[in-house]
Amino acid sequence: MPNQSMKLHLRIWRQQGPTSPGKLVSYEIEDVSPDMSFLEMLDVLNERLIKNGELPVEFESDCREGICGNCGLVINGIPHGGQHRTATCQLHMRHFRDGQTITIEPFRAKAFPVIKDLVVDRSAFDRILAKGGYISVRTGSAPDANLIPIAKEIADQAMDSAECIGCGACVAACPNASASLFVSAKIAQYALLPQGQPERKRRALMMIDQMDVEGFGNCSNHAECEAVCPKGISITNIAKMRREYFHALLK
Amino acid sequence: MSLNEKVQEGKALEGNAPAGPIEKRWESHRHAITLVSPANKKKHTVLVVGTGLAGASAAASLAELGYNVKSFCIQDTPRRAHSIAAQGGINAAKNYQNDGDSVWRLFYDTVKGGDFRSRESNVYRLADLSTSIIDQAVAQGVPFAREYGGLLANRSFGGALVSRTFYARGQTGQQLLLGAYGALLRQADEGKVQIFPRREMLDLVIIDGRAQGIVVRNLITGEVESYSGDAVVLATGGYANAYYLSTNAKNSNATAAWRCHKRGAYFANPCFVQIHPTCIPVSGDYQSKLTLMSESLRNDGRVWVPAKKRDERLPKDIPEEERDYYLERRYPAFGNLVPRDVASRAAKTVCDEGRGVGETGRAVYLDFADTIKQNGVSYVEDKYGNLFEMYERITGENPYKTPMRIYPALHYAMGGLWVDYNLMSNLPGLFVIGEANFSDHGANRLGASALMQGLADGYFVLPYTIGNYIAKAGSEPASTEHPAFKESEKEIDEFEKRLTSIKGRKTVLEFHRELGLLLWEYAGMSRNENGLKNVMGLIPDLEKDFWQNVNVPGDTKDWNKNLEFAGRVADFMELGELISLDALHRRESCGAHFREEFQTTDHEAKRDDENYTYVAAWEYTGKGKPPVLHKELLTFDYVKPTQRSYK
Repeated sequence: MPNQSMKLHLRIWRQQGPTSPGKLVSYEIEDVSPDMSFLEMLDVLNERLIKNGELPVEFESDCREGICGNCGLVINGIPHGGQHRTATCQLHMRHFRDGQTITIEPFRAKAFPVIKDLVVDRSAFDRILAKGGYISVRTGSAPDANLIPIAKEIADQAMDSAECIGCGACVAACPNASASLFVSAKIAQYALLPQGQPERKRRALMMIDQMDVEGFGNCSNHAECEAVCPKGISITNIAKMRREYFHALLK
Repeated sequence: MSLNEKVQEGKALEGNAPAGPIEKRWESHRHAITLVSPANKKKHTVLVVGTGLAGASAAASLAELGYNVKSFCIQDTPRRAHSIAAQGGINAAKNYQNDGDSVWRLFYDTVKGGDFRSRESNVYRLADLSTSIIDQAVAQGVPFAREYGGLLANRSFGGALVSRTFYARGQTGQQLLLGAYGALLRQADEGKVQIFPRREMLDLVIIDGRAQGIVVRNLITGEVESYSGDAVVLATGGYANAYYLSTNAKNSNATAAWRCHKRGAYFANPCFVQIHPTCIPVSGDYQSKLTLMSESLRNDGRVWVPAKKRDERLPKDIPEEERDYYLERRYPAFGNLVPRDVASRAAKTVCDEGRGVGETGRAVYLDFADTIKQNGVSYVEDKYGNLFEMYERITGENPYKTPMRIYPALHYAMGGLWVDYNLMSNLPGLFVIGEANFSDHGANRLGASALMQGLADGYFVLPYTIGNYIAKAGSEPASTEHPAFKESEKEIDEFEKRLTSIKGRKTVLEFHRELGLLLWEYAGMSRNENGLKNVMGLIPDLEKDFWQNVNVPGDTKDWNKNLEFAGRVADFMELGELISLDALHRRESCGAHFREEFQTTDHEAKRDDENYTYVAAWEYTGKGKPPVLHKELLTFDYVKPTQRSYK
């Protein structure tokens, strides 16, 4: 593959702290290899900024293989940059062209306050899951694993929902900043499984209530969440969540 | 002159494993343990640092028992700990496949896989507890792969002749961690666990000879904070990132463990680091990490290189008879499923011979053409779909059409802080679990055993053994107003101010990359005396340069990633020296530690059981002073040490 380096014009959101005003700042970057990941391109920019005595752009990343959910940038208006089923860290520069302008912003939502530059606070997700995003099993109390047979199709569907990495792109993409895709994936996973039945109703009510408390909006079926989800979590989970919620309310 | 004469030796260590028949040891030990009364547990606080599989499972289980738990993690949420990236699976001796597996066989495989450098009693316990882990995870709703009949599916993994690996697509670590994280959140909601995210542990506080607290940096504000407790549990993972390029996450680091070491905890077998054979090769200088392709791929993929040197034809143009399936050729019994250390070294050998592929010549093919021909595309898609997608995303090449290119990369640390059978370090009150301890894997870890060990430690071992310590420890922990806390806070403050005031010309990343290259070159897959002596001179030079020339931008009392990394790189340099010294002193090859001077005629690792059947635990004696070696002699009553053979 020809290894032609690219020159890019970047516009990056800089914000000193949660209460400071932020703004887009322009940077030129050369020698970008198409084989670099998007975050490696930012690493290179930061190295240059430090050498010039400027403050580096703060952004988050950890595993850099698309599974920890820590990274997440809005790239040209799209959370994670718009490549199908790809988190920011897995996005590679070969998908951009020489001379392109790239705008980079944090995930924006009322419930995700900015900490600094491109770093946001997503702890609201933990507080929602703490209200029932689990099956209550004490260590040591479990029966033999094969005493709970689960049809392969059901296990596969549960796994489809369970793949959520909690990155929050769904919230950033939603015009209502709704966390419905995130919450519904967990509710659907456990509603499908026999182990999830005892707490099924309580879970749906508690988690959805907490989602509202945290200041996330409601779902109005734009499906932007599914489009940007790096794990391809389907909005059918949201339909399931609504069903779970109504069932729980009725009894 | 033998270097051993220069290593100062201290008192021998005792593993404190109980006597008696191996299958009864854990049970009899549990009976002998002093319990803390249920009414008293709530009066005790345990600090658990790290929220990976070991840390999250331990924190949740301790809280369920009634202890007050404070749980700390470096990430913004416990769910992002690096256990999440484990792909392939978790071993358990369930024998659901009726293929001859048993606790005994898992024990045997693990002791042999570790090349007879692990503690037999621990390994047996691990194998024994493996089955309970699967029960626990399934009850938590972990969606393991199933067969059509609804029962659990298994696959085989490197180094085993049975199918004992349970998996959840290529995301087993993620699913197990979400299970443990859920258990942790449940306890948090009940008020039994307080979670402190975005905190990095920077010091251990020892008062009256007991670990009684930790000092952390709040990564948002930069403030230094102290926490005290009856015991400290370190579950902070491994140190593969000392080598800069590794499969570890960017934030994975050795600082918590290293600072404990500097407070007196012994560091055991630091030179035992695992180099994983199937990673995506380096593509350029900007490379920030290496991505693992699950070892499970070796179940269906065939590893090969061209028979001819510097053969630049495309793989599809190289006819069958001009390919060398070198693993199948050299190891007919295990073929592509040989353990990781063996597979990695074999890849290095063929690349050193000039038969490597790709632009850099540092890669081998992992080819799925045969399995696609035999079983169809959908079979491969079903089993490895997400891994194939990931490969294509990173490399831009389609592995359904052309073979993957892979090369070994740093992946896991078998070494770590020394612990006894109770998982307590030599410092009373400091427990170390998961990858952070020197663990049950000896000189080489088998695939799908890391998740097993992390969860065994966290769910089923530590919750018992820590009670025994707390029941006997006596007095309440000191308050964070104690001078020992204040002194540590002040030291950290000064350390950070020193780092930010150098304002030199080189970035933290540049130093880290240089260190990584040195360690990879001289203390990586293959080591020799000259190289190790050389690197032990080069690292202190680099360190000196670092303290004169590093440029850490920004303030100490602010969000500052570069400052975080600077502290970690400073520790990695010190650890790098110890890795090299340990590798130099161990004049044998065993498992992942390959000394070129000590190999069999067919280039396999040649152990020296007479002189090196011990755990090397190093005591810190001060900056620039030689560490003192404490040996824990290993005995093998059940698995007789033999030359490891996978032929």
